[in-house]
Amino acid sequence: MQVTVKLFAFFRDGRFKEEGREYPPGTTVGDIVNSLGIVRDEVGVVLVNSRQAGLEAAVAENDAVAIFPVIGGG
Amino acid sequence: MTEKIFRVNMTDLTTSVEDVPAAWAGHGGRGLTSTIVAAEVEPTCHPLGPKNKLVFAPGLLSGTVAANSGRLSAGAKSPLTGTIKEANSGGTAAQFLARCGCKALIIEGQPKGDGWYSLMVTPDGVTISEEKDLIGKGNFAVAGALESRLPGKGLITIGPAGEMKMAAANISVKDPDGGMRSNGRGGLGAVMGSKKVKFIAIDPRDGKVEIADPEKFKEANRTFAKALVGHPVSKALGQYGTNVLVNIINESGGLPTRNFTLGQFEGHEKISGETMYDTIIARNGKPKHNCHPGCVIQCSQVYNDASGKKITSGFEYESIWAMGADCCIDNLDQIAEADRLMDDIGIDSIETPVAMGVAMEAGVLSFGDGSGICRVLKEEVAKGTPLGRIIGNGAASVGRAYGVTRVPVVKNQAIPAYDPRAIKGIGITYATSTQGADHTMGYTIATNILGVGGKVDPLTKEGQVELSRNLQIATAAIDSTGMCLFIAFAALDDQNCLPALIEMINARFGIALTGDDVVSLGQYILKTERAFNLAAGFTNLDDRLPDFFYTEPVAPHNVVFDFSGEEIDTFWNF
Repeated sequence: MQVTVKLFAFFRDGRFKEEGREYPPGTTVGDIVNSLGIVRDEVGVVLVNSRQAGLEAAVAENDAVAIFPVIGGG
Repeated sequence: MTEKIFRVNMTDLTTSVEDVPAAWAGHGGRGLTSTIVAAEVEPTCHPLGPKNKLVFAPGLLSGTVAANSGRLSAGAKSPLTGTIKEANSGGTAAQFLARCGCKALIIEGQPKGDGWYSLMVTPDGVTISEEKDLIGKGNFAVAGALESRLPGKGLITIGPAGEMKMAAANISVKDPDGGMRSNGRGGLGAVMGSKKVKFIAIDPRDGKVEIADPEKFKEANRTFAKALVGHPVSKALGQYGTNVLVNIINESGGLPTRNFTLGQFEGHEKISGETMYDTIIARNGKPKHNCHPGCVIQCSQVYNDASGKKITSGFEYESIWAMGADCCIDNLDQIAEADRLMDDIGIDSIETPVAMGVAMEAGVLSFGDGSGICRVLKEEVAKGTPLGRIIGNGAASVGRAYGVTRVPVVKNQAIPAYDPRAIKGIGITYATSTQGADHTMGYTIATNILGVGGKVDPLTKEGQVELSRNLQIATAAIDSTGMCLFIAFAALDDQNCLPALIEMINARFGIALTGDDVVSLGQYILKTERAFNLAAGFTNLDDRLPDFFYTEPVAPHNVVFDFSGEEIDTFWNF
């Protein structure tokens, strides 16, 4: 299935900003994180279609998955 | 050096140095400014009249070597909101005031004539001088002139906006490199202007802050600094600045766009922290910069133009959001230029661009017109033309002047960078804050969006009132210590951080505060501030958001703010 993956801050280093990628059905957010070589502990926030999601969340065809490291400001 | 209260009476141009009353002894920063304003200012007074008082207070730990302890609180009755106000700022002034032995500087009264004055604070007290040369000048000219006249001194100053008593005027504090940090919100620059004080220079000479137990202090500071440096949020702040938030708030659908009509901005990538970092590196700027010595996070930066010349520093997410998404400007150089202009004019870089967004909706400017914003700042606001004064008096002022109903304010103060429909916890903070809409009063974004201090879904109502309440109480306490609010990320996640902070306060004063005392302090501050507002004529019905947040759904989530008044009012059940 086709999934849009967006990366932010230093997760972009050596990777990409946004990419359409193929994953098998049943893929979770955590699987995508692993497939990109991102250390799970460094993941701060994941948004699937602009909603907060956990690493265990299942991803569906045409979802947009945005992965952020731990960040803050204000 | 024993701490004293430094008092300046601008009616008869006298000054005094007083012992600290027992009831004020345990307070610093916001706790002290709010305690003094509540004790000495008539709640119903005109904020720009002689009965209002402008109070500066360094935090409890300011002037010590404690990491990140250089925040300065300024308090008064606000000419923008009519409520009590505390705005805090970085820069070197808090550390210098503390080293003068100045626990609080109270400026009261009002001169009868048209003359202007400056103040000089030293460990001996305050002297008042007449000021002529720098009247009408921008903050950078004041800082430049003072560096020749009085090299190496701390500086608190107002620009033309403060002189003209605009309700969005801020108070600027010089940073170690001549940049400006701001007591930004609520128009405190107008209060300083109403006292006819153009600037305050601070010379601590060889003054030092006494520490009751230096060994214990040093040990606690080591633990505290380690917790700050070790937290991943600190790392990201050092690299991308607070502007790292543009992309995540946009992705969350809570980035107010086009005067709060949309929750996402097409041009977000161009104004993001990631783009800003790449641009700074390419132009030999500095991604990291501290606003006061001893900051270990360094969220400030130096942003250069294409030729490598500095445009601005302390280039913050909320300012970039306001000019960027809210006014639809996707050009970071234009936003940086506007930021520099606002630092020079001495006007709040949240209130002013939100006012510009309302003016854009009114057709005064087109959305996306970045050069138009810079022109209006230079030709209208800085010069005090009628349009400049309408904008300089804030977003609500523009709404009234042009008949716009979509005016994002609470208690007249512009709502910043997080849409309360899509991030509901922050809506509770905007509604209930004692100071008008202000994200820093109870930053629920940490938990609603960033996953710091747990998680509370931003799109549901559940848990938001409690979240905002707990954060507002904690924030009021932190704002009393002189600590930068960004210590809160580590404090929420690292169990060593808060105990180390309390240990430092105990070692500084030779006392034995506990965590419960800190919570009580925060509750006391909120209740003191609320009591002032109630006495000034505010009621629970002022703790509401503007109509359009309840009736206009915002994309992409197509949600409204759906808390009833009764639900909001439960905030005060403590």
